[in-house]
Amino acid sequence: MSISEYPAPPNPPAGSEHAVRLLITDDLQRDRLTVFFRLILSIPHFIWFSIWGIATLVLGVVNWFATLIGGQPPAGLHRLIAAYVKYATHFHAYLHLAANPYPRFDGRPGYPIDLEIAPPAPQNRWTVGFRGVLMLPALLIAAALNGNPNSGAGGRRRSFSYTGGLLASVAFLGWFAILARRAMPRGLRDGAAYALCYGAQFWSYALLLTDRYPDSDPLAAVPDLPVRSDPIRLELDDDLRRSRLTVFFRLLLTLPHLIWLGLWAILALLGVILNWFATLFAGRSPEWLHRFLAAYLRYANHVYSFLYLVANPFPGFVGKAGSYPFEIAVAPRERQNRWKTGFRIVLAIPALILAGAYAALVFVVAVLGWFSSLARGRMPMGLRNAGALALRYQAQAHGYLLLLSEAYPYSGPVRAGAAPRSGLPGAPGPPEAPGPPDAPGPSDAPGAAGAPADLGLS
Amino acid sequence: MPDARAAWAGVVARPVRSAAALVVLAALAGAWALAAHALWHSTVPATLHLPHVDPRSAFSSSFLRRSASFQRFLDIDLLLADVTLIVVLALYAKRGHRLMRESAAGRIGTGMMLGMLGFAVLWLAEVPFNLAAVWWERKHGISQQGYIDSLIQSFLSLGATFLFVSLALLLTMAIAGVLRRWWWAVAAPIFAGLALLSSFLSVYLIPGTHPLRREPTAADVRRLARAEGIPGTKADVQEVKRDTTAPNAEAVGFASTRRVILWDTLLDGRFDRRQVDVVVAHELGHLAHHHTLKRVGWLALFLLPAAALVALATGSRGGLARPEAVPVALFVFVVLQLLAMPLLGIVSRREEAEADWSALQATRDPVAARSLFKRLATTSLADPDPPTWSYVLYQDHPTIVQRIAMVDAWQARGGH
Repeated sequence: MSISEYPAPPNPPAGSEHAVRLLITDDLQRDRLTVFFRLILSIPHFIWFSIWGIATLVLGVVNWFATLIGGQPPAGLHRLIAAYVKYATHFHAYLHLAANPYPRFDGRPGYPIDLEIAPPAPQNRWTVGFRGVLMLPALLIAAALNGNPNSGAGGRRRSFSYTGGLLASVAFLGWFAILARRAMPRGLRDGAAYALCYGAQFWSYALLLTDRYPDSDPLAAVPDLPVRSDPIRLELDDDLRRSRLTVFFRLLLTLPHLIWLGLWAILALLGVILNWFATLFAGRSPEWLHRFLAAYLRYANHVYSFLYLVANPFPGFVGKAGSYPFEIAVAPRERQNRWKTGFRIVLAIPALILAGAYAALVFVVAVLGWFSSLARGRMPMGLRNAGALALRYQAQAHGYLLLLSEAYPYSGPVRAGAAPRSGLPGAPGPPEAPGPPDAPGPSDAPGAAGAPADLGLS
Repeated sequence: MPDARAAWAGVVARPVRSAAALVVLAALAGAWALAAHALWHSTVPATLHLPHVDPRSAFSSSFLRRSASFQRFLDIDLLLADVTLIVVLALYAKRGHRLMRESAAGRIGTGMMLGMLGFAVLWLAEVPFNLAAVWWERKHGISQQGYIDSLIQSFLSLGATFLFVSLALLLTMAIAGVLRRWWWAVAAPIFAGLALLSSFLSVYLIPGTHPLRREPTAADVRRLARAEGIPGTKADVQEVKRDTTAPNAEAVGFASTRRVILWDTLLDGRFDRRQVDVVVAHELGHLAHHHTLKRVGWLALFLLPAAALVALATGSRGGLARPEAVPVALFVFVVLQLLAMPLLGIVSRREEAEADWSALQATRDPVAARSLFKRLATTSLADPDPPTWSYVLYQDHPTIVQRIAMVDAWQARGGH
């Protein structure tokens, strides 16, 4: 069993890096005043973003014809559109609290959340011609990450609404966190950065700045990911191979598991009520109850990872530790703060909001992964890792609610993990204390010493 | 000397054991035959002679041509689907165990997965035949179901099959894990018990039903139920007209859950009150003669030898306790079911004939019965006199011609 959140891709060969890359120099510090009024402060940018956006759409159409004829985007057009994509990223980073300073209106480089866009390169005319169709799968992921506007007509009235994705959820929670602590939690910032990076790659692809398809891999999107050793963590040992037959019937094959999981959930609900009282009085969970709830959490994640195509084999029915490629490792019980235990349901609400946003992402991953796995017999690594991130966060959120740990779920992607404090079977290395929940800490710092750069064990 | 004594005891014991096994087998066969005889009993007079009815006297020649052509296509489609089923399951029995690598579940979980995948492969193989049947029924105005609708519906019903197969394999493999070769002796009665439970609860599993309140049909149901000796039996209406125009009805449940289910296509005005009464009386006849219970009895009689044969066939793969034996078990069981189909058809036709007789006794309306059977044939385009191979393999009701002949025979006997 590998000991990594998700096996990282091997170091990319020169020239294979994505044409649109995110650069982060943000120090997580935020100004409470500007955060409090962030939405109102953004109004001028909203107006400018819309005007420039309309112009860019027109330029995008011109660019489509030019690229189709010339085989690559003209340098001038490329520069203009790239400036807009950079500006849009700066603005959204500011709006969604992923960065602090008020952005410039021209997309000039140097913003704490910035983009590096490769110069124009030849593009395949077929992919240019059908770009509008080819970008549809990426649009689904972009909508799950960045939200999507909806419009509908009911009788004479037209209605417009906005469904917030991961980015909006992160901003909502980040707003409260910053007002309380004057800093953006690292996990939330990285979650936002992941969404922003994907959004930028999507628009670059749609507007023909590049013909590289957007990469949904959170590991590739955010530079210098932290290393963490949370009490509830993911161990993934999946080779990306998928059986077409079981993929085609995945939903139906999961039915017996879903029924069994439903029955188990009833017991788990009773168990967690008992656990709440026990932990409140004794300060720690009873051993047998901790084991039972951990097995439930493991089993639920075996089932979900199978259902959402994040893992391949048909899972067992008992949630046995170490029996599945997608494993949620739960550390042994620990003493827990009684205040945190008493108010656990309230404290879990932000985590559950974010878990909801991640649920939308993993659903999209499953839909796209289904088609891709059927066609190629393999799950794309980017999709698999995006799904793994979503499921890991949900597992941590549910584990927190089940009182398996008092460590708050970490909302961003993480690189290879070290051994948890308790020392899970097979986990190498000395125990390392978990970082504070979603807060910058020694192990979170970019380029933290001792962080394994890549544990590419897939 | 102890070795010689043991050898001698072995020589003596072997024939004794064989004889004991034969006696047990004979006793089982005797019990089986006695049970079959009891279930075979029918209230249709044994001396009843069905007169010859010429289909041309009841139906126009153009209808006979059209219905024969319609039925022939469906029968051949079904036959090809059955042949495909056997071929696919045979291949799956040979190679299906390779799919074990797709499972991280234990012994039983892997068996469940293999069982489900067997039916999944089968579903894929039968999609063209199902679509062909939908096309043919749409072409003749019998079905209004769209192709996508039909695919989705069959896909969803595959989900129900998966659940059933999983439960069945969970029970069977758990028992086989303990009893090894003798699992079938325990599993067969358990499944018969589950079938009994399912029959009891089936009324709650039928989608889109509501109680029959429309008068005078509801009053007729009450009257006919009293006439058949099962007063208080209720009737429900099932909404199906969005999918089909074919009329139908069924009898479900027993004891407190016994119920007559009438499709709404039967009550859409194409059938008059007297004809609907015959249908209701027919279904009440099934309930009055405990056919729902008898079907469970026949199932138990089929399951016992079938399960024993499955146990025998899976021995080479380590018995049904092992997941690699599941594809073989699936193949053997389904083939046995296909082989038993003509026999079960005989049983079913006998019960349907008894229900027809019961309806005649209760309604005493041969004119309505005769016109109903004609109407049933014309509305569902049923071949009144299908070819023998189709009759033997696929017909679970007497032919329309036979049903009309029974009405004639009833009248000839003076109505009793």
